[in-house]
Amino acid sequence: MTTLDEATGAAMAGAVRPRRFGALYVAEHQLRAMRSYGWTIVIGGLGQPLLYLLGLGLGLATFLDVPVGFGPDGPVPYVTFVAPALLATAAISVTTEEFTYTVMAGFKWRRIFWGMNASPIAPAQVVGGLVLAVGARMVFVSTAYALLIWAFGAVGNAWAVAVLPLLGLLGGLAFGLPLLAYSASLRDDAGQFAAVQRFVFTPMFLFSGTFYPLSTLPVWLHWIGWVSPLWHASELGRAVSYGAPMSGTTVAVHLAVLLGLTVGGWFVARRVFVGRMHG
Amino acid sequence: MKAGAPCPYRAVTFRLVPVPVITATGLTKRYGELVAVAGIDLEVAPGESFGLLGPNGAGKSTTMRMIGAVSTRTSGDLQVLGLDPDTHGPEIRSQLGVVPQEDNLDTELRVRDNLIVYGRYFGIPRAECGRRADELLAFAQLEEKSKAKVDDLSGGMKRRLTIARALVNNPRVLMLDEPTTGLDPQARHVLWDRLFRLKERGTTLVLTTHYMDEAEQLCDRLVVVDEGRIMAEGSPASLIREHSSREVVELRFGSRRNEAAAERLEGLGDRVETLPDRVLVYAGDGEAVLEQVARLGLHPTTSLVRRSSLEDVFLRLTGRSLIE
Ligand SMILES: Nc1ncnc2c1ncn2[C@@H]1O[C@H](COP(=O)(O)OP(=O)(O)OP(=O)(O)O)[C@@H](O)[C@H]1O
Ligand SMILES: [Mg+2]
Repeated sequence: MTTLDEATGAAMAGAVRPRRFGALYVAEHQLRAMRSYGWTIVIGGLGQPLLYLLGLGLGLATFLDVPVGFGPDGPVPYVTFVAPALLATAAISVTTEEFTYTVMAGFKWRRIFWGMNASPIAPAQVVGGLVLAVGARMVFVSTAYALLIWAFGAVGNAWAVAVLPLLGLLGGLAFGLPLLAYSASLRDDAGQFAAVQRFVFTPMFLFSGTFYPLSTLPVWLHWIGWVSPLWHASELGRAVSYGAPMSGTTVAVHLAVLLGLTVGGWFVARRVFVGRMHG
Repeated sequence: MKAGAPCPYRAVTFRLVPVPVITATGLTKRYGELVAVAGIDLEVAPGESFGLLGPNGAGKSTTMRMIGAVSTRTSGDLQVLGLDPDTHGPEIRSQLGVVPQEDNLDTELRVRDNLIVYGRYFGIPRAECGRRADELLAFAQLEEKSKAKVDDLSGGMKRRLTIARALVNNPRVLMLDEPTTGLDPQARHVLWDRLFRLKERGTTLVLTTHYMDEAEQLCDRLVVVDEGRIMAEGSPASLIREHSSREVVELRFGSRRNEAAAERLEGLGDRVETLPDRVLVYAGDGEAVLEQVARLGLHPTTSLVRRSSLEDVFLRLTGRSLIE
């Protein structure tokens, strides 16, 4: 007969791999599920930038007489100015789906988080796995964007093509992790996610110096830019892409805000998941 | 040698009574003001099939979640496989198979992929997951459905798939929270048959139910729970023996006449219980009671003699029916 010691030993051994790789298993599951809407991801990832670049680059830009973006050697084309902001927007917009409806589905509609919960996976690893999978999708979308804007000749420095996706990822996480924490705290979707889209994401998109420098806006609207991950990511992107002049302190502040939101969001999200799954 | 008797040759104590895989003492769970589990004591031995029988809201699922190391207890002691769920949750969960009250299969994955993805959570290599998935699909009689979408399965098939998924890690303890609630009788019997097989293989089963027939079919031993407390404990047969008579006579006089008839029946058998729709007379010999009823000049519209069941035990202990 098996003894208790033997069972305890098996339990100790059985949790070694899940404790170490749990987040990867969750990410694997999420990515597998994303395959079922893989085409939406690919077409959205490539189609959306194409539309914006054509529309803004070939259309809107022809009406603009005043240059809005400046590199070290003077004005840059309008498309070059907007491209880093559009890239960051694309990464961030991934989260308005994956860190809202997908989270509600995990807890309530599809209930798959409860399945994970009964396995050796810990709640923090569920958060980790989600972040890994959604991060992968953000890197994919931003890389597609970076390559396209490069093909359009809208990137100042060729090496920026490699750095811009990382900034997209950082911007996406800075916006996404607090959103993830919020979504996980909801028991029902009574229109909150649509409200996030309408009253948080859209105003941020419009007022974060995406299409024109933040300084163009009246001073009383500047705060939107300061709290907006999109603005911080866009500004850094412009510095990387075409060398928009920026002091070291400013770079540090932008990075600090983005990292602060990411890390803060991570801890709060983790708390919410633990409270809900092990309460 | 007697259980617990010291071995004459060495200073060791052999225990012939198996060490329990689950031990709970004063286990309590509070949600704010509400006491969901109010201090229960229980032990489950390896290979045993143990049941929690109780009505809605008795605290069965809450107890299962605490044992399953996904709900932190408010107070009391709990050891699962010799470990404390508070500190060794992943370790404990690595040895459990869990069939939750509400299915949580991934409806976006196909049947076989559900098993594979789940196996990965236990750190089982992908190839091995595939091998086990095929084995378990056979066990759950779902081989033809391997590529089907989960949503296209019937309720009984989904339940079987959930059980298959719970077995992917070769669990030492299988926890089943109301495994057959909502299934039709045929699907229930198919499921019971599968669970019987597991029992025969020596898997420890812990299950909750509010069906007495399920408890009688599957449990070696069970506790009757009500309002977070254990009301009685024992094997189905011993519980019936202890808390009920051998037979029950069910008499229906029509809803308005039951009360009046019950008064005249007082003194018959061991005990008379009046329910809104019928009168129950508990007795060793049901036929004899029926004769006495006729002699009293009472004419029930229907009468029936049956053996006592756990339902009667529950009624006796709580004054209420199991299924409201
Ligand atoms: N997460 C929770 N938060 C607050 N109260 C809860 C929670 N979970 C359970 N309860 C309450 O605890 C009590 C016991 O619930 P539990 O689900 O354990 O009962 P049960 O015996 O499984 O019932 P059922 O047969 O309906 O499944 C109920 O009153 C329930 O409302
Ligand atoms: Mg329950």
